[in-house]
Amino acid sequence: MKRWLAAYAVAFFAFLHLPLLTLAIFSFNSSRFTVWQHFSLTWYRAMFHDPQLVDAAWNSIVIALLATVISTVLGTFCAYALWKKNSRLLTGSLYLSLVTPEIVTGVSLLALFQWTFRWMHWHLGLYTVVLAHIAFSLAYVVIVVSARLRTVAPSLEEAAMDLGASEWQAFFYVMLPTLAPGIIAAALLVLTISFDDYVITSMVAGVNSETLPMVIYAMARRGASPVINAISALVTVVFGAVILMFERMRAI
Amino acid sequence: MTPILEVRNLIKDFPGHRAVAEISFSIPQGSFFSLLGPSGCGKTTTLRMIAGFEQPTSGEVLLKGENVNQRRPYQRNVSTVFQNYALFPHLSARGNIEFGLKRQQAGNMAKRVQEAIKLVGLAGKEDRRPAQLSGGERQRVALARSLVLEPDVLLLDEPLAALDPKLRKQMRVELKAMQRRVGISFLLVTHDQEEALSMSDYVAVMNEGKIEQIGSPEEIYLRPRTRFVAGFLGAVNWIGDVGVRPESTRIGSHPERNGAHSCSATVTDSVFLGDRIQVRVQLATGQEAIAQVTRGSTAFRPGEAVHLCWNASDELTFS
Amino acid sequence: MKLRSWFLLPAWLWMALLFAAPFLIIMAYSFLTRGVYGGVEHPWTAESYQRLVDPLYLEVFLRSFVMAVVATVLCLLFAFPAALFIARAPRHKNLYLQLVILPFWTSFLVRTYAWMFLLRDTGLINTALLKIGLIHAPLPLLYNDGAVLLGLVYGYLPFMVLPIYATLERLDPSLPEAAADLGARPLTTVFTVLVPLSRPGIIAGAVLVFIPCLGAYLTPDLLGGGRTVMVGNLVENQFTNARDWPFGSAVSILLMALVTLMLWLFLRRQSEQLV
Repeated sequence: MKRWLAAYAVAFFAFLHLPLLTLAIFSFNSSRFTVWQHFSLTWYRAMFHDPQLVDAAWNSIVIALLATVISTVLGTFCAYALWKKNSRLLTGSLYLSLVTPEIVTGVSLLALFQWTFRWMHWHLGLYTVVLAHIAFSLAYVVIVVSARLRTVAPSLEEAAMDLGASEWQAFFYVMLPTLAPGIIAAALLVLTISFDDYVITSMVAGVNSETLPMVIYAMARRGASPVINAISALVTVVFGAVILMFERMRAI
Repeated sequence: MTPILEVRNLIKDFPGHRAVAEISFSIPQGSFFSLLGPSGCGKTTTLRMIAGFEQPTSGEVLLKGENVNQRRPYQRNVSTVFQNYALFPHLSARGNIEFGLKRQQAGNMAKRVQEAIKLVGLAGKEDRRPAQLSGGERQRVALARSLVLEPDVLLLDEPLAALDPKLRKQMRVELKAMQRRVGISFLLVTHDQEEALSMSDYVAVMNEGKIEQIGSPEEIYLRPRTRFVAGFLGAVNWIGDVGVRPESTRIGSHPERNGAHSCSATVTDSVFLGDRIQVRVQLATGQEAIAQVTRGSTAFRPGEAVHLCWNASDELTFS
Repeated sequence: MKLRSWFLLPAWLWMALLFAAPFLIIMAYSFLTRGVYGGVEHPWTAESYQRLVDPLYLEVFLRSFVMAVVATVLCLLFAFPAALFIARAPRHKNLYLQLVILPFWTSFLVRTYAWMFLLRDTGLINTALLKIGLIHAPLPLLYNDGAVLLGLVYGYLPFMVLPIYATLERLDPSLPEAAADLGARPLTTVFTVLVPLSRPGIIAGAVLVFIPCLGAYLTPDLLGGGRTVMVGNLVENQFTNARDWPFGSAVSILLMALVTLMLWLFLRRQSEQLV
């Protein structure tokens, strides 16, 4: 049976990875058809020369950075506070936000924004996307940082206070450094989740705030240029690198 | 008659060390056979090779004269009682006992299971899950589970190690009686010499992957062939090249005049053990020795000069 | 302690504003009427909920449910041997786990598109088969229920592998040995011992796969090409093309109710088992 299992495992991992690998390989195909012609960087060059793509990528980066910084800070505070004393309501809501289907999160946030716009005369834009991203990222940060907190002995803080540190000083000079790898891991995670989000973003984005996933989606829908292969390959490599860093951080 | 189990020139190598260094022995049908030795001597590895969980590096395992090296564990008619019992937690005691029978699609299942439950003394508890049974009860389930299959040999891996001392003594008697009653050959692996001596028809003493001696309990205790066997089976007073058991060592102020061997010694300590007194002495060579005396005999004080005496027939010598 | 309260305040505010409030608004909208130019207006009515039982929509709910169940079962069948392989691997366990997790954390959109690239009429599979001569016209591999199922299984497979692996990993290794010793062949041992004992992992995995599949939107949208309508697509459609926000809200509430129910049942079971 050992041999059957090993053979199955090979097939299993191939199934998981081949689709992306073939995409990556064909991104270097000079032909726009799925018949291999010869190696070429045409589509990568086209990628950088498409203003719509470049703008969208830039938007995605800005949104991801803002969402990451804010949700990491908020989430770390929240995880720390929950670690000291749990609140079932808050923890429950965070879990609920995790399992809520993205489309429901998207339409409910759209409804919220449109409702406030009745009074505010504002419009959907980049900022609504950032707000939405922070909303769904919070739970992830809390989970990652909480997992880290579980490995910390409470006596660490007590020792700090015993030596004269105030509560805030104990948090800032002892807990934060101890939690640093976990916090960085959470930030990396949010970075990928935010950058990749399509469903929620498409619902709350303004007219001029297209993100990279939205462009990719439109291209996939149209079945258009092979530039999408190049973008996909690049995105995959970048995400892969970030996630590997994430795992490295978690292991420290 | 062909022995029910024979092991020939068995060797097992692991990366970096040789666990079993060419051993051979055979178990007569219907006997209680023990593999006795300290931890790491290779006895459990030998058991696992017989059960089929390890493959020998070389050598043969023969069941009823047939070489079974190539057979998987589920193809061999031996059954193992694991040290931690390995009961299936999701099945009741009855479910565990039925397990092997179901694999064989045996007829008469209910009756055989009932008999096995009665044999090990679990009547009334067969519908409980392992988590709801005591350590001793779990052991009985493990025994019943294996015995119900009527294997050629029952392999037991330190079966009494997990029990508390009082229960252990009681189980020794029960296990021996059980073996006599069902007539199945038992192969027991243990590091406890009292266990091996009290239950077995034959004992093989193992050390560092080799068998030092095979014999009946009396033989290996009274006529050990190596210093290791002598020392492992019980305490030994080493007087020069000769060994004498403490229970054969007498102590007195003067040497006996009946032809017994003797030597001089100085008392170092006298220990009251309840049923007897243990007198510790130091020989002229610096070696320590122990003599046992009954309560109430003359007291020996530390520093006193005494003589140890023993019969020549009680001497343990090794070629 | 005061510091703790300050730390919780932003989180509370955030959850209240951006999680609870939107949800309450949707709930309110579900009882309102569709606005002439989109959006909502008075009067209050339960009409949207009454429409939920329309056979047209019931079919959508049923299809979503069936797809989610089938996807979960397929994930279980594919994941179990893989989890078993990793649990039994003498070395490199972490490497295999990474190999399982890695695809999941790359872009979901890109992974879904990868299957479009493979499955469509001008895609890799059809092109290859045509070239070899096995077929003479492209096979319709994309834009159907099968493609959506494939996408769902592919997307959520790691969620099934990890919990099952965790349970198998903690299993007492002498149990399969005992089964073999008692005469069970390897496959029998799997079904009579390993599967029953990995039940907690299987259930956890099933919940982690079923819930997202039920509310899936992107996969049926891209791989189903608008033909496979699941609940997620229905909601999106009501808020964009159909401009029927009250009805879209009602469907959302229904979906949320189902998801919350499953989560609650699962968490209750978890805490029961710990007792």
